[in-house]
Amino acid sequence: MSTLATWREIDLGGSVAGGTSEKYKTGNWRVEKPVIDYEKCIRCLICWLYCPEPAILRTGDEVKIDYDYCKGCGICAEECPKKAITMVPEEI
Amino acid sequence: MSTLNPVAKISDLPENSKFRPGHRLCAGCGPAITAKIITLAVPEAVIVNATGCVEVGTTIYPYSAWKTPWVHVLFQNNAPVASGIVAALEKLSAEGRAKKIPVIALGGDGSTFDIGLGAISGALERLDKFVYICYDNCAYMNTGIQRSSASILGAATTTSPAGKVIPGKQENKKDLIGIVASHHIPYAATATLWLWRDMINKIRKAVNYSEQGPAFLHILAPCQFGWRFEPHLTVKISRMAVETRLFPIYEVEDGQLKINFRVTAPKPVEEYLKIQRMMRHLLEPKNAETLQRLKAWAEWNWQRLENLEKAGRVF
Amino acid sequence: MMAEALARQHKLALTGNDAVAYAVKQANVDVISAYPITPQTFVVETLSRYVYDGELNAKYIAVESEHSALSAVIGASLAGARAFTATSSQGLAYMWEALYAASGLRLPIVMALAARALSAPINIHNDHTDFFGMRDAGWIMFNGEEAQETYDLTIMAFKIAEDPRVLLPVVVSYDGFIVSHAITNFYALNDDVVKEFLGVRTTGPRIDPDNPRSIGVLALQDSYFEFRRQQYEAMENARQVIKEVFKKYGETSGRNYAPLKEYMTDDAETCIVAMGSTVGTARHAVKTLREKGEKAGVVGILQYRPWPTKEAEQLFSRFKRIIVMEKAMSPGARAGPVYEDIASTIYPKHREAKMVDFTYGLGGRDISAQGIIDIYKLGKELVDKDKTDKVQFYGVRE
Repeated sequence: MSTLATWREIDLGGSVAGGTSEKYKTGNWRVEKPVIDYEKCIRCLICWLYCPEPAILRTGDEVKIDYDYCKGCGICAEECPKKAITMVPEEI
Repeated sequence: MSTLNPVAKISDLPENSKFRPGHRLCAGCGPAITAKIITLAVPEAVIVNATGCVEVGTTIYPYSAWKTPWVHVLFQNNAPVASGIVAALEKLSAEGRAKKIPVIALGGDGSTFDIGLGAISGALERLDKFVYICYDNCAYMNTGIQRSSASILGAATTTSPAGKVIPGKQENKKDLIGIVASHHIPYAATATLWLWRDMINKIRKAVNYSEQGPAFLHILAPCQFGWRFEPHLTVKISRMAVETRLFPIYEVEDGQLKINFRVTAPKPVEEYLKIQRMMRHLLEPKNAETLQRLKAWAEWNWQRLENLEKAGRVF
Repeated sequence: MMAEALARQHKLALTGNDAVAYAVKQANVDVISAYPITPQTFVVETLSRYVYDGELNAKYIAVESEHSALSAVIGASLAGARAFTATSSQGLAYMWEALYAASGLRLPIVMALAARALSAPINIHNDHTDFFGMRDAGWIMFNGEEAQETYDLTIMAFKIAEDPRVLLPVVVSYDGFIVSHAITNFYALNDDVVKEFLGVRTTGPRIDPDNPRSIGVLALQDSYFEFRRQQYEAMENARQVIKEVFKKYGETSGRNYAPLKEYMTDDAETCIVAMGSTVGTARHAVKTLREKGEKAGVVGILQYRPWPTKEAEQLFSRFKRIIVMEKAMSPGARAGPVYEDIASTIYPKHREAKMVDFTYGLGGRDISAQGIIDIYKLGKELVDKDKTDKVQFYGVRE
């Protein structure tokens, strides 16, 4: 991934700037991916609330899967009250 | 810090959480959901993380999932570290040298129930003004599913396997809220992922209470890896834990116990056990004795809580 | 002492423990957390009294164990506070894992250590086992032989720790009971002088909500080594920083410190090395030996980590015989910790200097000036007969 720093340049005392995990894309972990059927979606935001990454982007009441990070756990599909999300096999 | 009002709708929460993706926790990780929801529920806080799944999975150098101030020191000391931070922020903020923000100590059941319990007791006894949140995945998951005193009766862990002679852990789960509430702190409560509004609002309530004293939350956070279930069932399993009365949802406020989610027609415990390989062996006829003890405990514990609820101030 | 320096100070008569507490009060520490243990207890009690009487505006956290004491101090330090703790022996051992954490996190914590023997068997009296037990933890380590040094070192400790080139925790040790409980006269700097000397803490890691960082992350095989090398360098930087602080303190107080204390070493052939209160007793012994025509001298260790390699090489290579006295031992090792530090400094370059190691005083067994004279005579004989291959024990019933 990134080239790590020499001892002279490395962060002080085992610390790092916050939020840097975004540079590490976990999307390649998944074997199946969620697909949202926006006809069925009622914008309840339950999928967004429960995503463990989070890999669901939210603007207002609109949601979109962030495939850069989605690990394919399937919780969003399971919890969606309208069964608007389907897990489909990921392509290699 | 202004009082955090209860959240009514999910859309009341901020659009972006300060818990960022790219962390290495398992797909479907209950503690990850817990950590994320904490940062959605609380606008600003310093997280004092104990060693464990969340700490390790979210801060592998040079990546950190936390866009909040976050510290980690050792396995059993996040409570006294929090005490130190609270004291420092109180003094420094009075002199205009620092900004006072809520302090949330976050630890798994390993650090909370076992190795850190003594230090937690000290911090609670001192009535230090912080929030302690235990994300309970019922075993030492980060080191590979070893039993903790939070593992339930019969749990098959690597140090209490479902063996030929002994069918899993024979000791019962510690009554953590009982221990904690016995320190006469302002607020203690259980919560879990399924009852999201209850969980979010308890986190906010705890932060409010931390202005005057310690507030303690015990959150059941199912672990697909350790409990051995399909990752998409995490929230469902938290629901079943509640509906079988195995994980009652209640709070103790100023010593008065109140059940927040009344389970009037409990689902059979067997339903909870059969979908996780950690517990499934209890359904075998030869393990009937342990299963009966677990079921009896669930019923006894529920009755105990209902009795305490009617008894006025009990802590 | 220069008249100006004297005008900045006032004379006190306090125990070593109270001298430390007095220094901590003057240093305007923000957070204190400690757990009582003999013989440190009075540091903690005196500081509590200062806080509860309103003489010291600090937060005092009464923890339930030493592990929690250092943990609370680490927490406070992470939040940007000037933080202090104190302990001895078992307490130090109990917080052992936190010692490494404090140093690895680069926190400018100061700790007082009333040196005491370690269990088992249990013993509450002075030796240096606890002190030497932490020598690899990455802490700067000092020893004060009586109240004056201990007071001065405690003040200086904050300045050294907080220097941005250092950012390492500092331990100031002093003999349990002998120094901690005995009242001696000493000069304390006036409050405003200390305030000016130390200021408030502005350096080192701190919790900043506007610039959130994660402190204490998991450093895997690909980064841990760099963090530790960085820490090692900080300890190397400390040599220069300590020199500067000693100099500045000397200008302020009139007392000029050096890592190694010398007494009659200019033309000494044989020197006795010791640390702590024994150094004072050794001076008496050497005075007597000199009167008898012996070319003896004393070297006292004030600064143990960083080990003053350059000064030690220059000094120890001058002697024909080096008789090391240690209130500690390392079972199974060739010799005790101080012997090993000196030997690795002067050998193999200075083969002419011969050394012998004496373990004495464990568990608070007393050492007199006559005892040191005996050690000198025995040590000299062993060196001259080339019989120095074993650690010698002085004062134990054979």
